[in-house]
Amino acid sequence: MSDNKIKFTIDGKECIADEGLDLWKAAMLNGVFIPYLCHMKDVVPAGSCRICTVKVNGRPMAACTTLVTKGLEGAVVENDTPHIEEMRKMIVELLFVEGNHFCPACEKSGSCELQAMAYRYQMMVPQFSYNFPLREVDATTPKIYLDRNRCIQCKKCIRSIKDDQGRSYFAFYKRGHKLDIHIDHELAATMSAELAQLAMDGCPVGAIINKEKGFDVPIGKRKFDKEPIGTEFLNVTKE
Amino acid sequence: MNKITIEPVTRVEGHGKVTIHMDDNLNIAQTRLHIVEFRGFERFVQGRPYWEAPVLVQRLCGICPVSHHLAAAKALDVIVGAGTGDGLTPAGEKMRRLMHYGQMFQSHALHFFHLASPDLLLGYDSDPALRNVIGVAMKYPDLAVQGVMMRKFGQEIIAATAGKKIHGTGAIPGGINKNLSIEERDRFLHGADPLNIEKMIEWSLSALELFKGYHKANQSFVDNFAVFPSNHLSLVRKDGALDLYHGVLRAVDKDGKKILNDVEYQDYYKYINEEVKSWSYMKFPFLTSIGKKDGWYTVGPLARLNTCDFIPTPLAQKAFEEYKAYTGGKPNNMSLHMHWARLIETIHAAEMIKQLLNDTDLQSTDLVTKGTKQSQGVGIIEAPRGTLFHHYAINENDQITMANLIVSTTNNNESMNRAVNDVANKMMTGQKVITEGMKNAVEIAIRAYDPCLSCATHSLGKMPLDITMYDSNNNEIDHYKS
Repeated sequence: MSDNKIKFTIDGKECIADEGLDLWKAAMLNGVFIPYLCHMKDVVPAGSCRICTVKVNGRPMAACTTLVTKGLEGAVVENDTPHIEEMRKMIVELLFVEGNHFCPACEKSGSCELQAMAYRYQMMVPQFSYNFPLREVDATTPKIYLDRNRCIQCKKCIRSIKDDQGRSYFAFYKRGHKLDIHIDHELAATMSAELAQLAMDGCPVGAIINKEKGFDVPIGKRKFDKEPIGTEFLNVTKE
Repeated sequence: MNKITIEPVTRVEGHGKVTIHMDDNLNIAQTRLHIVEFRGFERFVQGRPYWEAPVLVQRLCGICPVSHHLAAAKALDVIVGAGTGDGLTPAGEKMRRLMHYGQMFQSHALHFFHLASPDLLLGYDSDPALRNVIGVAMKYPDLAVQGVMMRKFGQEIIAATAGKKIHGTGAIPGGINKNLSIEERDRFLHGADPLNIEKMIEWSLSALELFKGYHKANQSFVDNFAVFPSNHLSLVRKDGALDLYHGVLRAVDKDGKKILNDVEYQDYYKYINEEVKSWSYMKFPFLTSIGKKDGWYTVGPLARLNTCDFIPTPLAQKAFEEYKAYTGGKPNNMSLHMHWARLIETIHAAEMIKQLLNDTDLQSTDLVTKGTKQSQGVGIIEAPRGTLFHHYAINENDQITMANLIVSTTNNNESMNRAVNDVANKMMTGQKVITEGMKNAVEIAIRAYDPCLSCATHSLGKMPLDITMYDSNNNEIDHYKS
């Protein structure tokens, strides 16, 4: 950890953070919640989802990939403003229309971060037209049911689910609008139940589902049944 | 030839229409109940993981999703190797039963008080502007409150067992995902009036008395309305008792002779087949051994009380004995007696709920059973409207490859058509002017079966009624829209 402390403000609140941290984590340590979908503890940020977009001195930037450097000294960061919140809502809506998200029958419903984010932004009817892309599911591995219809391409699985040699179980295939998440069948053949559970828990949507059990968490005890997304984070930072 | 169209049929679940063709002598030439919705669940469930089916397919319906949820779960019990019936843990099966009887209670209350009572209490040919649940609430406010609160009680039971009042997730392959807490149990046993089980039993009994009073005052109408000989099919417990959750398949003919003798339902496809007709999206099931022409059958409350030997709860059994005595122990083929049977089942459901609430197995944490995986499974349950079949097959990757659903209303397809035909013949033959009351009488016949025409949407109260009359050349000669 750097000895250099950088001072800046977020929505007028004076913040101080170690140089080298990412702005998302720096905000968290200063008690400011910046919504996110693709950020993971102890994993290098990827800036995939853009939900954590803030304005740094008037310029939109993903907080998770913006480092706290000397250049941030005295910066004015905007986070919870009507304009930024509206932008974030549009991003959430775009993620919905880009895939095939049918919450009523999805096992992740109630624990889904994308769904929780939609509730946070009170998304009623998307303002964009649905793409209804044709996406195949991959049910051929022993532990994982991979439903690409629900994937938001956040890369969390690629970045975090690895074997003991550091090889990722998941990877992207193709590019642009044809980009798809794939699972390494050879590696997946020996995937442990614990790792499969980690993959499912880490997936912010219902794209990675564990096989042979489902809906075992009753309604009322799911992740976001009692408190909206972000609440648990705010509780931690207040302590 | 004149053609009368009743579209949509009102105060039923879903959308349908009736056409009645009259010849030049004003005799009924042909009647048909058309189901004009198409859903496609059997196709788009293919490829989905099997454990998703109970949650996905229940979206067929907003009124009795619990029935689809449980029928699918029962089929998947077989697939995960938990077997049928007593294969589940006591908590697993009894929580599901509690959910199911809660559903039966609320659905029957909804049908009797909200959908059927306007015809009975206000008259089938009364002012259509008031012949609805609002009209009942204005004239009989206490009764309307009973209907609403009985439905609420059943819905609360569902919420406590499935997690939500509509489209919950309680039943999972091999069991259930929650037990019943002491607090939840005590709320139903000892809650403040009226939301406790004792009041529900009391109101169920008074609803039956209400119908019996109506029957006494209108005996000729009730006993001669939409009467036709029919076969009857349902699940019964192995000892012949009424069992709405599990059992063997039994069918009797119009005289009470067993034509399907307590067979295991995993083999249902050996005994039941389905016919497709060009004018309806709904299939016509029939008993294979008898054939298409005469093998059709009725399901639902009337059929269940025709097939079972007794009801295993005291108050309902007492009512059942009086009901059976009315026909001398023979099968009852009077469509409006469906209300009578339904209200006896309502009492039974309330008694079963009380019995289950007092069972400590519901507080057990042993909720799920699994065994050796199978490639296919059948789940059958007695839904409020009748016998409901779910059949799934899966591949080696746990994906559903085949689904066959025979929903309750489908089983009643031919019966409802016969009921329409009987009423049209009796009330419209020779009539130059077809009144709104006559057309509502046709709807009353359909309504008695409490059909869920799409098993997907529900229509409470009044929907637009669109009737068109045609001459023998199919030229429109009159049009009526309410």
